[in-house]
Amino acid sequence: MTTTGAKVLIEGLLRQGTKTIFGYPGGVVLPIYDVLYDSPLEHILVRHEQAAAHAADGYARASGKVGVCLATSGPGACNLVTGIATAYMDSIPLVALTGQVPTNLLGNDAFQESDIYGITMPVTKHNYLVKRAADLPQVIAEAFYLASTGRPGPVLIDLPKDVSTGELPDDIAFPETVSLRGYQPTVRGHPRQIEKAVDLLVRAERPLLYAGGGVILSGADRELTALAERLGAPVTTTLMGLGGICGDHPLNLGMLGMHGTAYANYAVTECDLLVAIGARFDDRVTGRIETFAPHAQVIHIDIDPAEIGKNKPVDVPIVGDVKHVLTEILNRLPSNPKTERWLARVNGWRAAHPLVVPDNGSLHPQGVVRTLSDLLNGEGVVVSEVGQNQMWAAQHFCFKKPRSWLSSGGLGTMGYGLPAAMGACYARPGEQVFLIAGDGSLQMNIQEFGTIAHNRIPVRVVVLNNRYLGMVRQWQELFFDKRYSYTELPPVDFVGIANAYGIDGVRVNDPAEVRPALEAARDHDGPFVVDVRIEREENVFPMVPAGAAINEMIGGHE
Amino acid sequence: MKRHTLSVLVENKAGVLSRVTGLFSRRGFNIESLAVGPSEEDGTSRITLVVCGDDREVEQVIKQLNKLIDVIKVSDLTGRERVERELALIKVAAEPGEARAGVMQIATIFRAHIIDVGGKTVTLQVTGDSDKIDALEGLLRPYGVRELYRTGRIAVLRGQKTVRSEK
Repeated sequence: MTTTGAKVLIEGLLRQGTKTIFGYPGGVVLPIYDVLYDSPLEHILVRHEQAAAHAADGYARASGKVGVCLATSGPGACNLVTGIATAYMDSIPLVALTGQVPTNLLGNDAFQESDIYGITMPVTKHNYLVKRAADLPQVIAEAFYLASTGRPGPVLIDLPKDVSTGELPDDIAFPETVSLRGYQPTVRGHPRQIEKAVDLLVRAERPLLYAGGGVILSGADRELTALAERLGAPVTTTLMGLGGICGDHPLNLGMLGMHGTAYANYAVTECDLLVAIGARFDDRVTGRIETFAPHAQVIHIDIDPAEIGKNKPVDVPIVGDVKHVLTEILNRLPSNPKTERWLARVNGWRAAHPLVVPDNGSLHPQGVVRTLSDLLNGEGVVVSEVGQNQMWAAQHFCFKKPRSWLSSGGLGTMGYGLPAAMGACYARPGEQVFLIAGDGSLQMNIQEFGTIAHNRIPVRVVVLNNRYLGMVRQWQELFFDKRYSYTELPPVDFVGIANAYGIDGVRVNDPAEVRPALEAARDHDGPFVVDVRIEREENVFPMVPAGAAINEMIGGHE
Repeated sequence: MKRHTLSVLVENKAGVLSRVTGLFSRRGFNIESLAVGPSEEDGTSRITLVVCGDDREVEQVIKQLNKLIDVIKVSDLTGRERVERELALIKVAAEPGEARAGVMQIATIFRAHIIDVGGKTVTLQVTGDSDKIDALEGLLRPYGVRELYRTGRIAVLRGQKTVRSEK
């Protein structure tokens, strides 16, 4: 008896625990779609392949599992690229499957041929061009293994049509384990380095924990919180690290960096020991790197050795999985009684320079986010688009759990949010999933209203609608003499668009309507759109101008 | 800026050279010399790279190379006791007579082999380190170098040490 490459592919996905994939059919993936027709694997038909990649990414972020997307060759595969690059920058485990022209036509400029293997080499952790159907079981096992272990990331498998149709014995073996000698991630931190770190931690008088997405990826939120409490050390998180410590924990300073809280940025500037945990000293975090944590010794914990010392010299590098390393540190660390004065200083900054929530009777986005935060009370998942909406959400929403916040950090991909929110709904059925969007970024993948309506995916969309590409407009206001070059958008009736797709919604023009509208969204059976007409020229503050030190903020004070 | 010689052991799989060279161009690095060939172990190749950069930049490139799944091992041979070799084929204008005699004399001094003779040219093969080949080329220039082919540099540690046995 024989089977086919396409059947082996789907069997391989099921064996890896995949339940849902996001995709779009086309010529060379017809054999795969034929198998999907009566497969237990759930396939969600998106309206644009980019959305398939983002939905798989959202699924992965919300669940901690590998997200899977599927597209045809040529334009289909190319449309995945932005989504793959988004996942790559944020270390999200993704397996992207693309159809390819048959092997005998490879390199022939055949219809819908593109060299997606070459195109995605710089934006994948690894990728494959499968030339023989018999290689599929091994390739699938390797792809999932690579995507989900070490520093996670996207892996692409390019599948020529004759590989999908290729015949194989139906007792073909799937590998139980994968071992690659060029890939041996270091999970346990080196004991001597951990010893050195403990030594610095014990002696520090002004320690600060700087936690990034690695905390979420390794599931180290409890260890992070325990370390903060043991040391009496404040914690600041990156955009990717939000939810790594409870938002209202007294030691949590919120986000640092370009739009971080003033008190987090001051704490970085004044600390004598900075512990970077699964974070990578990105330029949006550090501002001018020479003045970042100028008085601090630095401990850097990361599973990727290439991140350590890349941007900032480090005193104690520890390569390893954040959860393992923090556990080892906690096993050896006595409590540190020295931080009382430091915490008093930090809390002084917190009291003197809180995040500003304007309250002058107009409709301000910060208040909208805070109202939503109150309503959800840390439950469910919040997804953002990119721009001002993202920063207001990051600043003002109180994230209480890991994997409750999905946002495109490294690549800053507008259009990420709506499809990622769809993915989150499949990852976390029965939970509230809210998208905080801007009117600009929502329109980058607004066609996914089609997917949402088609499948009744219960995404609740809150549009912070200011009829501008707001973040760019803000930069133009502050640094380009208010010359609003191509950043003004005409009004769009988002509720009307939603209605046309069969989705309900409501427009909000007045602050008093915000809470009832958000409650209506929460309580609605199915997807819902809330189009909030916010103050048009609201800015995100505080803000560190490009190239400045992070304690040189503008708009951080009343 | 310093010149670094890197020896990279890779799985001999399709695309591996593209992964390695792509990484260099993406991170703004120039490869000064590149040589690829099979290693002593079946299924693996050795890539010898010469790159210029300060120590921190090169360290980052080595770390990035190590992240490539098909890269088994990266060894930095810079500043270590090693032998480096490069091979060049030089077709030089040398009409019978005085010119040809001059070229042949230079070839002898450099222990270059004459591997082909044409009516008006002589082709030399020379091996050595890059400086030696540069010097030979310089001396042949006045005669008229018609074509010059240089392989990339390869390098091996002196003594019984091997890069494979090192941690």
